[in-house]
Amino acid sequence: MKIVVCISHVPDTTSKIQFTSDGAALDAQGIQFVINPHDEFGLTRALQLKEAGLATQVTALIVGDASVEPTLRKALAIGADDAVRIDAKPASSNQVASWIADYLKGNPAELVICGIESIDYNGGMVPGLLAHHLGAAFVNTCIGLEITGQTATVLREIDGGKEKVTASLPLVVAGKKGLVEESELRIPNMRGIMAARTKPLAVVAPANVSANVESQRFERPTGRTAVRLVDKDNLGELVRLLHEEAKVI
Amino acid sequence: MVLIFAETWNGTFKKSTLEAVQYGAACAKSLGTHAAAVVFGATTEDLAALGGHGAQRVIHVTGAASFEPLAYGQMLASIAREENAQLVVVSGTTNGKSLTPLVSAALDAPAVTNVLALPHSFSPLTVRRGAFSSKGLEDAVAHGSTTVLCIVPNAIGMAPAGTDSASIAPHSAAATGKTQLVEQQIASGKIPLPEAERVVSAGRGMKGPENWNLIEALAQELNAGTACSKPVSDIGWRPHSEHVGQTGIQINPQLYIAVGISGAIQHLAGVSSSKTIVVINSDPEAPFFKAADYGVVGDAFDVVPKLTEALRAFHA
Repeated sequence: MKIVVCISHVPDTTSKIQFTSDGAALDAQGIQFVINPHDEFGLTRALQLKEAGLATQVTALIVGDASVEPTLRKALAIGADDAVRIDAKPASSNQVASWIADYLKGNPAELVICGIESIDYNGGMVPGLLAHHLGAAFVNTCIGLEITGQTATVLREIDGGKEKVTASLPLVVAGKKGLVEESELRIPNMRGIMAARTKPLAVVAPANVSANVESQRFERPTGRTAVRLVDKDNLGELVRLLHEEAKVI
Repeated sequence: MVLIFAETWNGTFKKSTLEAVQYGAACAKSLGTHAAAVVFGATTEDLAALGGHGAQRVIHVTGAASFEPLAYGQMLASIAREENAQLVVVSGTTNGKSLTPLVSAALDAPAVTNVLALPHSFSPLTVRRGAFSSKGLEDAVAHGSTTVLCIVPNAIGMAPAGTDSASIAPHSAAATGKTQLVEQQIASGKIPLPEAERVVSAGRGMKGPENWNLIEALAQELNAGTACSKPVSDIGWRPHSEHVGQTGIQINPQLYIAVGISGAIQHLAGVSSSKTIVVINSDPEAPFFKAADYGVVGDAFDVVPKLTEALRAFHA
């Protein structure tokens, strides 16, 4: 079985987000980019499946221009066997999903693991669109994944609980924390980083697909006014404020 | 016309379902058209009552099995095509988020997710959405004759229900999915976080999982959901399903009470859209106070029981 793990290149979670003065785009100045946190759980699970003898190859795939390559190399350093970069700067999810599907139609994988969403644009669209294009089963908010033969058993988070579903491969899952534990995530070591330099990294040209959604402008949410402190021995006052002023109780 | 996915949960509507119906009805009004709600499978709800939330019609797919994203996506898309829908509205529950890309793909229509408000314009469709995990807001423009909108639960205010009655038409759409449900586990007696109107959340300041009874008592008094910070779920004091923040669940309740949480930027990203934020922390320098409406500087083990007591007195 071949596994493809789709990786997004996103601002580190500690980033302070600013936009360009015209509001057209993210101001990337001073921002550290990382593997999308949700994708890291999927990458680790893919490597575990390979180590358990259930997969023969783990490919990390990214859509982006040359500037995202360090993020893809990091996935190789963590342990992916090879990497693919689809060479384009996407404007919308439909482009990303079409391009990945085009690649996978020529280079099939039984299992595709994505993150539930990228923490930058929060679209959450690509995994489901990809499943549709590939004619594969789709499981979202995946927090557990086991493979037996051609069948996957997936634990999926739902509102207020979880459910277990099964599906025949091929399968696209959108994963998050729980797929593996935070403590199981792998940090690239020196050997991995050295090996990553020579692992195959293919650059693929995308087809022409027009974006069906565009960003008009971005802005930062307005902040709150100064905090009102209430004395710890007068909590009746807090209750009064929540009732009369905030009107939330 | 505007088509709304009226999600049922064990045969009943959630608040998020009614929000989606009202949202779709408001869009239909602006477009000078009507709104119809689609209900899949057996239900114990009075479907005609969706008229009180603005749906003129209910399309009831009576034979549908339990939720499966591909099957529901195909059925919803085929109804949207029959109806020539301009908009398809879905609430961003876990099932709604699974359904949105599949209905969008089946219709070859654009979708805007994480929608926070009614569209600014319908031609072209321009709507505000959350981006960068609540650190940014985006106005997105969709290009298509049909657009799928997936709205954030709790983001759009609910108007009281009216008395209008919707007409009900059974429908026989059918589709086969590619996944099979084996079993479902629902945590009993807990309020699911994305839809909770009030949330009490706690961090490492609680010192250990054995002290969560204080948090649960406060939550119970407020009829609130319980949540936790990332470190607390990472060390296993609380389940991952309670982790709120940038990489956990993102919430926007009316009231968010944070106990013993310092307020790291990743945590704030997941909760800063809450309407009112109360921070309880023994450290007056905790960064969370800068993002709060009300603050109490004090020891959680002292403040939380006293607050629970004050609320009990208020409710009495």
